[in-house]
Amino acid sequence: MMDITVIGAGVAGLCIARALLDRGAKITMFDRQAEPGPHACSWWAGGMLAPFCEGESAEEPVVRLGSEAAGWWAAQTDSVVRHGSLVVSPSRDKSDLVRFARRTSGYRKVAGAEIATLEPDLGDRFTSGLFFETEAHLAPRAALAHLRAGLASDGVTFVQETADPDACARHGLTIDCRGFQARDVLNDLRGVKGEMLVLSCPDIELHRPIRMLHPRVPLYIVPRGDGIFMLGATMIEGSAGKHVTARSMLELLSAAYALNPAFGEAEVIEIGVDSRPAFPDNMPRIRRDGNLIRANGLYRHGFLLAPALARMVAELIFDNKTPEVMDESAA
Amino acid sequence: MRDFYGTRLANGFMLGTAQYPSPAILADAFRRSAASVATVSLRRESGRDRQGQDFWQLIRDLDVHILPNTAGCHSVKEAVTTAHMAREVFDTKWIKLEVIGEEDTLQPDVFGLVEAARILSDEGFQVFPYTTEDLVVADRLLQAGCEVLMPWGAPIGSGLGLNNIFGLRAMRAHFPDIPLVIDAGLGLPSQAAAAMELGFDAVLLNTAVARAGDPAAMAEAFAGAIRAGQQAHAADPMEPRDMAAPSTPVIGKAFLE
Repeated sequence: MMDITVIGAGVAGLCIARALLDRGAKITMFDRQAEPGPHACSWWAGGMLAPFCEGESAEEPVVRLGSEAAGWWAAQTDSVVRHGSLVVSPSRDKSDLVRFARRTSGYRKVAGAEIATLEPDLGDRFTSGLFFETEAHLAPRAALAHLRAGLASDGVTFVQETADPDACARHGLTIDCRGFQARDVLNDLRGVKGEMLVLSCPDIELHRPIRMLHPRVPLYIVPRGDGIFMLGATMIEGSAGKHVTARSMLELLSAAYALNPAFGEAEVIEIGVDSRPAFPDNMPRIRRDGNLIRANGLYRHGFLLAPALARMVAELIFDNKTPEVMDESAA
Repeated sequence: MRDFYGTRLANGFMLGTAQYPSPAILADAFRRSAASVATVSLRRESGRDRQGQDFWQLIRDLDVHILPNTAGCHSVKEAVTTAHMAREVFDTKWIKLEVIGEEDTLQPDVFGLVEAARILSDEGFQVFPYTTEDLVVADRLLQAGCEVLMPWGAPIGSGLGLNNIFGLRAMRAHFPDIPLVIDAGLGLPSQAAAAMELGFDAVLLNTAVARAGDPAAMAEAFAGAIRAGQQAHAADPMEPRDMAAPSTPVIGKAFLE
């Protein structure tokens, strides 16, 4: 049996551990914390499994690889909801909806009446939208917890310790999944700041993620059930500030208010800020240097692309198959 | 082309760096268009944040002139503070000065603009003010120390093109020695060509390229249009006329019947 060390128990590390375990490896995982938590940026994720919507601005592989995600996650956690996703725009920004439709696939156009059927709480506020019926979403924190619990019960050893990838690699095959923490060795990795809010608003019920297009403040809101909503997310280059700015909070909340004024009564129960690890093309990378494999750069696509990234790491190790996101030259 | 504070640019294309799908595509857009100036908007938090410098480094690596801007500033004080940070981060005296006066049209607050331009010019900045085509405001900006003017084509991000050709032509005629840049509102290369045909020295745009389906290809298309417009202006275009003027003489033609 092959012994493999995985460093970093965020979404990348946990998914890779699962894929390697399923191929028969014996896994030891290191993380500076005992449980998934706010130290990992996947803790703050929206949890949208929306490859078609992401295709509006992301490159082709995101759509293709991302379509593996919903099925993979459904096998790990019962928190996957397959209700599709809905894209709307305020009437004055109709041109953004036209553009979004032109850049994506996998949707059908829906008019006011159907929007009202899908989401009664939005019905009379939007007259046209795009419905991506096959997309899904999940609850990221529950999904991480389920994944970790499954690994633990299948024999993975979890060690609460900060581990040095190079030192581990001297003793055996090691996967560095530290996300932005790996900035010390990955010079082309940058942080893209994201800010999000969790709202409690029992007056509103939504059944699927809603994206509201706006030229300056595109917003998504993901229902977590029981009147809880995740509202996100900013994308700010060139900043790794630790706190949400007043401007970002104002913009996020105004957009939610425009979606439905009842959000004005919501309570803000959490404010999240983190840096998404990203390479210059915003695509994930697998790099190998002897016994050390680095998997990183999931950017805003952690839950969407981690299953495909994990599959590719497993294929590299067990089948000697070079993954399409392999990047030997930079290793 | 006129000089911009003593700097001669290789071409009249100033390209923004916001809203691209990824930094790699941004870099590609600059490579394919050979745009000579990159404008960068500076968030106020970034100046004191060493970790957040990765993106600025990507911009420096483009190896073009950098024109930091004060995008999103609504007051003189905000704009001046942002300009100070920009000078620190990019080590340049150039600053594109934006003082926004109205949230829906993002049109400049010309009163605040003149005030901020005076403060910054006095401090040694070389100010590129984002203004309207108003000649009186333009004059005040020059008095405040500006040696470049950047009138809008249309509201920022609207893609409507040159909204007031008459006003822009008047501005060009009124300030024959001042470098003029059409800043904001362009959506298509033909509009950029039209601006250059009017005798403007450069165009500055961002959204039209960054939000195109293929930003790098669109950047190249704009570069071609800017070159064509500039060449056409330099070639002294014909004057339009009301009557047809045959290009081949008709008198003396043989009748074959």
